[in-house]
Amino acid sequence: MKAGMNGQPLLSVTDLTVEFRTRSGRVHALDRVSFDVAPGEILGIVGESGSGKSVTAFSLLGLLGTAARVTAGTAMFGGRDLLRLAPREMNEIRGRDLSIVFQNPRTALNPIRAVGTQIADVLARHDPGSAGEIRAKVLAALRQVRIADPERRSRAFPFELSGGMCQRIGIAMALACSPKLLIADEPTTGLDVTTQAVIMDLFRDQVRDRGGRGGVSAILITHDLALASAYCDRIVVMHAGHVVETAPVAALFDRPRHPYTAKLLRSVPSSVDSIDLLQPIDGALPDLRRDDLPPCRFSERCERHQAICDTEALDQSPAAGHRVLCRLPL
Amino acid sequence: MHDRLAMVRHVLLDNPPNLIASLVLLALLIAAFLGPWVVPYDPIATNTRVALQAPSAQHWFGTDQLGRDVFSRTVVAARLDLVIAFAAVLLSLALGSAIGAAIGYFRGALDATVSRVVDVLMAFPLFVLAMAMVAALGNSVTNVVYATAVINLPFYIRLARAEVSMRSTLGYIEAARVGGSSHVRILCVFLLPNILPSLVVQASLNLGWAVLNAAGLSFIGLGVRAPTPEWGIMVAEGAQFIVSGRWWMALFPGLALMLAVFCFNLLGDGLRDIVDPRNRT
Amino acid sequence: MIPILETRGLRKLYPIPHPGGRLRGLVGRRAFSQLFAVDGVDLTILPGEAVGLVGESGCGKSTLARLISRLISPDAGEILLDGAAIQGISPARFAASPLRRRIQMVFQDPTESLNPRFNVFDAIADPARQLLPGIDRHDLARRVERAAAQVGLPPELFRRYPHQLSGGQKARVGIARAMVVEPALLVLDEPTSALDVSVQALVLKLLMALRREAGVAQLFVSHDLNVVRLLCDRIIVMYLGKVVEAGPARQVFQAPRHPYTRALIQAIPRLPGALPPAAGEASERLAGEPRSPIDPDPLACRLHGRCPRETDFCTTHPPELREVAPGQLVRCHFPLDGASP
Repeated sequence: MKAGMNGQPLLSVTDLTVEFRTRSGRVHALDRVSFDVAPGEILGIVGESGSGKSVTAFSLLGLLGTAARVTAGTAMFGGRDLLRLAPREMNEIRGRDLSIVFQNPRTALNPIRAVGTQIADVLARHDPGSAGEIRAKVLAALRQVRIADPERRSRAFPFELSGGMCQRIGIAMALACSPKLLIADEPTTGLDVTTQAVIMDLFRDQVRDRGGRGGVSAILITHDLALASAYCDRIVVMHAGHVVETAPVAALFDRPRHPYTAKLLRSVPSSVDSIDLLQPIDGALPDLRRDDLPPCRFSERCERHQAICDTEALDQSPAAGHRVLCRLPL
Repeated sequence: MHDRLAMVRHVLLDNPPNLIASLVLLALLIAAFLGPWVVPYDPIATNTRVALQAPSAQHWFGTDQLGRDVFSRTVVAARLDLVIAFAAVLLSLALGSAIGAAIGYFRGALDATVSRVVDVLMAFPLFVLAMAMVAALGNSVTNVVYATAVINLPFYIRLARAEVSMRSTLGYIEAARVGGSSHVRILCVFLLPNILPSLVVQASLNLGWAVLNAAGLSFIGLGVRAPTPEWGIMVAEGAQFIVSGRWWMALFPGLALMLAVFCFNLLGDGLRDIVDPRNRT
Repeated sequence: MIPILETRGLRKLYPIPHPGGRLRGLVGRRAFSQLFAVDGVDLTILPGEAVGLVGESGCGKSTLARLISRLISPDAGEILLDGAAIQGISPARFAASPLRRRIQMVFQDPTESLNPRFNVFDAIADPARQLLPGIDRHDLARRVERAAAQVGLPPELFRRYPHQLSGGQKARVGIARAMVVEPALLVLDEPTSALDVSVQALVLKLLMALRREAGVAQLFVSHDLNVVRLLCDRIIVMYLGKVVEAGPARQVFQAPRHPYTRALIQAIPRLPGALPPAAGEASERLAGEPRSPIDPDPLACRLHGRCPRETDFCTTHPPELREVAPGQLVRCHFPLDGASP
């Protein structure tokens, strides 16, 4: 793990616990989620749908809906707790120090405004200047994301652009104000695999390029293990609202220590050479509305389950190296 | 089924306006079904000796210029107005959904032609069109029903067409084709049952309008004839007497009309809550 | 062995009207452009074989799948089922003929591909009711039970409706429905892309088991090369309506000969240490965006403008499919030499 300017993590999330109040009960979406992001690193948050990875990202940005309650935890960023900021303070940080690239590029952009104008909006909000200065910055941002002919493209509307192009705009918008932390939520959903490769290369280059000056970090949220392994430095594996394992990429794939991680690795086509080696994961996610959720939310599907797994929950505070949330790690 | 019933209960009971609307509708339906047998006076019998009496203990809503009990007439009128409304809406619904589904599914020249006809129909002020139809076909209750049905047709055609268009590219339609179903079968078995809920919601909202339409036609003398008790006619006849201070003859049928339309609209909204899948958890 | 299915020179075009289309037609200008969705495809599927059809969005694989399933009709070319031409039979007449049961289809989104008004039993039984006329109640029930057992659906679920099923269960209903009439060919249109990661593995293994046990041929249409790599004997790569490479799956993966195929394989993110060996940082990415499939230049190779190996010759001489290795066909003037990507 790369050490930061002074060894301090850029973002430190501790014991984040989030609940949703719905008509059918309270959903215990996140339970004591903890992880750190060091300056200049790309952290991957990997999990299936329902694992809580998007909820984690949105809670950091204050984008959870009114049904959500952050019932515990802190998210220290630049000396402030993101979870306890007033809306006005959050607005200052969002887009400037902390920004996000959304999942569906076409719907993340305003369909009735030219893309150049949308980037200009972000700049004007956080980094005001004269019209000419902003214009220049918009064009520079477009060049940064390798869009050819930026003058013409900046006047285009989202529907005129391909999915890959729209996502480049999304990245340009997120990077416009030189944020310290960039969160990308499944940024390549809906994109062709060749486009995905180009976009992810771009994403990684942007983060690395700017890493030199002032430490830009990124969080990549994805369900695609292989994608995370190709582009991230460290990976956080989530299952049913828990962080089950945290490790540098090589260590995680070389020697996964949580039973869920190991099973996940054996269940994705990209990891096996023959269909007979593919092993689906038994069981299903526990219903997060239950009040009697076991301390380990994987225990009901785990063949290594023992009585000790049902004792009180393990400590989850972030630490360096290879962390695993399991009483009987592999 | 269980979650459906639970939803219905939730919509009706947790929502005071819906509850009130349901109760009012219930009252109206009882009036429509049992009216002639439960009212104190014969709605058609005249008795000039007690004409133009203000509401009293003997005549709750007063009497009209021919001595007929306004209360009895108002209650009995519910039957005619509701029957006209339901009949017209059902006719519209059946015909409109069939036409709309067909053109939404097959598209092409058929769709182009019918849609243009619908556009022309909708370009008319619909009430005027209804008036013209009844005037041309003759003054009768059946013609009022037909006219009301025709002017409502465009809405169902358009809605059915849109709903079918939305679904015609879905997997289960293609699956039905691959499974050997003919186009007609797909329309009847796979499409119509699935679009029916939203059409029924439209219909319930439409009922209020249909009642108003029928009453409106009678108000101007088309359709229902005296001495048949009907809210529209009663309001028309009672209107002449308002200036002389006899307010009860027009007010009570007018209130009944208002209540009917109001509760149909409320229930239509409630029905939409039940049917709209986005509201399901 | 007679192929179950064969296509020759299959072509499907979609007219794109110009603005003011018909008026332009009146003054002698072209009113329509043509979108070449499928442009001259030859394809063979042998009984019991699994063929993967891969390509990215806009390559025409979905259109090709629907042509083969006879949901739409081609504009040119032949489709042969068990050696007999079926392209001339309209989709409606095909649906009513006994040939319909030979080719069945599994659709992408399990939620959208089930009629919300049918319970599981009816959903599976429907094709049998339509395509096996005169079948009695008991035979029907037996068939449905057998199809459900094949996909691992317990009979307790028969009375349930789609909204009461999980994603994996819905996917299985879709497969059972296709198998109930015992087709010879199963066309699968992105069968796992709408599924959760954990369910995908289950469905993939199920499809493999079906092939082994029932001997049904499978045409997998997918953008996910990993799925195709695991399940298919042969793979066909499409780009902008044309087949650019075809051959045994393992061979094409380990030694792609077409620049597009190689770029596609290199673009797949790879787990550390997984086969084939990662190309490392020096992976070649295709430049730019795909050309428009509308009114393409008939003389130029479709990949021109993005290809790392292109020359001027590629703009004036459209390449043909040629065999460059045993069983491997490539449409390129300068195919790769067959080393690892």
